[in-house]
Amino acid sequence: MTAALVLRAVIGAALVAYVLSGVADFGAGVWDLLARGRLAERQRAAIAHAIAPIWEANHIWLILVVVLAFTGFPVAFAVVATALHIPIAMALVGVVLRGAAFTFRAYGLQRSDLRARWGWVFAWSSVVTPICLGLVVGGMSSDAIEVEGGRVVSGYLAGWTSPFAWGVGALTLACAALLAAVYLAADLDDDAELQAAFRRRAMICEVITGACALVVALLAARDSPRLWDALLAGPWALGVHVAAFAAATTTLWALLTRRFALARVTVGLQVAAVVVGWGVASGDDLVLGAVPLYAAGVVPHVVEPVLWTLAASGVVLVPALFWLLRVFKSRRASTDEPAPEA
Amino acid sequence: MDDLLAARSQMAISLGFHILFAIAGMAMPVLMALAQWRHLATGDAAWRDLARRWAKGTAILFAVGAVSGTVLSFELGLLWPEFMRHAGPIIGMPFSLEGVAFFLEAIFLGLFLYGEGRISPRAHLLCGVAVAVSGTASAVFVTAVNAWMNEPSGFAVVDGVVTDIDPWATLRSGAFATQATHVVLGAYAAVAFVAMGIHAVALRRVPDDRMHRHAFTLALGMALVTTPLQILSGDLSAKHIAEHQPLKLAAAEGLFATTRGAPIALGGWPDAESRTMTGAIEVPLVLSVLATGDPDGEVVGLDSAPPEMWPPLGVVHLAFDVMVGCGSAMLAFVLWGAVVWFRSRVPGRPAPWAHRRLLFAAMLASPLGVIAIEAGWTVTEVGRQPWVVHGFLRTADAVTPMPNVVFTLVGFTSLFAVLGVVVVMLLRNLVRSSLPRGRR
Repeated sequence: MTAALVLRAVIGAALVAYVLSGVADFGAGVWDLLARGRLAERQRAAIAHAIAPIWEANHIWLILVVVLAFTGFPVAFAVVATALHIPIAMALVGVVLRGAAFTFRAYGLQRSDLRARWGWVFAWSSVVTPICLGLVVGGMSSDAIEVEGGRVVSGYLAGWTSPFAWGVGALTLACAALLAAVYLAADLDDDAELQAAFRRRAMICEVITGACALVVALLAARDSPRLWDALLAGPWALGVHVAAFAAATTTLWALLTRRFALARVTVGLQVAAVVVGWGVASGDDLVLGAVPLYAAGVVPHVVEPVLWTLAASGVVLVPALFWLLRVFKSRRASTDEPAPEA
Repeated sequence: MDDLLAARSQMAISLGFHILFAIAGMAMPVLMALAQWRHLATGDAAWRDLARRWAKGTAILFAVGAVSGTVLSFELGLLWPEFMRHAGPIIGMPFSLEGVAFFLEAIFLGLFLYGEGRISPRAHLLCGVAVAVSGTASAVFVTAVNAWMNEPSGFAVVDGVVTDIDPWATLRSGAFATQATHVVLGAYAAVAFVAMGIHAVALRRVPDDRMHRHAFTLALGMALVTTPLQILSGDLSAKHIAEHQPLKLAAAEGLFATTRGAPIALGGWPDAESRTMTGAIEVPLVLSVLATGDPDGEVVGLDSAPPEMWPPLGVVHLAFDVMVGCGSAMLAFVLWGAVVWFRSRVPGRPAPWAHRRLLFAAMLASPLGVIAIEAGWTVTEVGRQPWVVHGFLRTADAVTPMPNVVFTLVGFTSLFAVLGVVVVMLLRNLVRSSLPRGRR
């Protein structure tokens, strides 16, 4: 069991990293879509500038999550891939369109009206994809997927079509938009007007995210009583709720008082607390009510060397990732960088 | 269309699409880093322009490769959940290593594309080298998985349950060394040929352009090194397959009866009913030499297994002939290119980039490597049927129970078709923008 628990923690950490980086990139696409009025083009340029050098690296956390999932929990992976085939396929279409459209727009080589159309595809797929990812997560926690003898018997619509799962989809989208707004506000030190715009958006988003979280909890009471019980009474529940609430309040206060560097940290903690809360509320199950951790197919003597190998590769990976972020996300860097010329 | 065929088609189309971008992700960074190195070494601005243009092309191809690769990592589960249920832990190690390599490639590509002027020229060049190394490494790790599917080892099946898994089994698979070498060299040669073709088109319009001259010369150099080595590695692969996957080779050659001194069959169509080849040109003894190194060597035929264990014969044979045909044409081209290059040292003889007939041939030869790769992929995948894990798990038993797979097949195929058209259009515009107005 130790290997299973450690692996679950590592997958959880990779998932948090993906949400804080890759999902936040989707949020940037949401703000591209919602850019209106006089500042719209400047906002879009700032968004493109912020994510261009890093989105591909951010995106790879998702691949790591998938690979670790099928390596360590092959039974759970097969169940999820079967029962939630439809929302996963929809999310994949979104992933493909988002990445391709962003690149097609960034590298020009086309008339500006065509580039604008790719911008539109990028923005809309950035909205749809986090909702679909949320549907997958919601489906896994819906207590509606049924497995008999290792085979899914609840069909292909169970779980992800419930109002609860769509609530999780909305919450995921809200978290994405919130993260992106705070990051952009923190990045745009050199443009007070844009910074103010994203600060306002971040504060509105913080309120919406809180509301979404509340609605999801109430929908869980109706659609997934087992999750609701765990959220109320699970051994870690109170701590996670307090952590999320404290981080959210601090983020709002930091935004109000223009402490952007602090807001960037606390918003990350807030969203991480939501992901961790989902994990601990699932208790001993990987797919709630269907695949317990002990039956997920863990082979300890496979998981252990894989985790050690990943840990060893961190010696190269972590410094490289820090270097990337330092070059493109440090104060000094955010001054002038010509976008790749058309 | 039944669901199994739809699932197989979707996997084939996804892989066939992704592989184009995967080979670009391996080989373009090598060209890009070499051009950047020449720029730093010589100070020639044309090399810098070339490195930037190749980097831009790499960025577009890499992005589409990254997202189509993500689709594939999920499709393993979406389409083949039973395969993943059993094989997930076995293929976890190479896929984890591939994930790390891919992560490094994305990080260093970001630094190379956007970092010029922000990091030192030497660090910038090293980032380009790191992209090339990690891109090739990730392809090697993925190939380990495929090699294991062809020649599974490192586990036991007890009462239908997979046990005794060796996490390093894929990297110890007998087919790994030959297959990985064949994939890597094939990617370098194919991309070199595409690059040669593109810059040959440009050179026929602007013969004086230094950037295109550099580009053509570098790509020709890469093709010169990799193509002959690829033919050698193909020979090693054939010998390995003859020993370990004899039915695949028998299907590729339409060899129905186990034969000593077997002939090679060029063209023609195998007929499974009558167990004959129709319309093939048979060259005596060559297959025995290729498979065993001995003109009298015995080559195992299809009669060693019942017909329901045979892969689809026509497809595998056609794909094999296409691959070998393309490879031979590529070898002929690079030999001629080498002669032209060697002779250009004599005063009065044209350099390769000024040799108009060579440029014309390079245009025609441009897609050969890519076609060979798609055909080779078809040989190895279709040639393994009806198995997904050779000898252990049938493709039909691995497929998802999900009905109406044809819908996702149509969806993803249309999506990839649109992306393919757009990428071609963007790359064409990238080339055109390097030509003076009026010559586009």
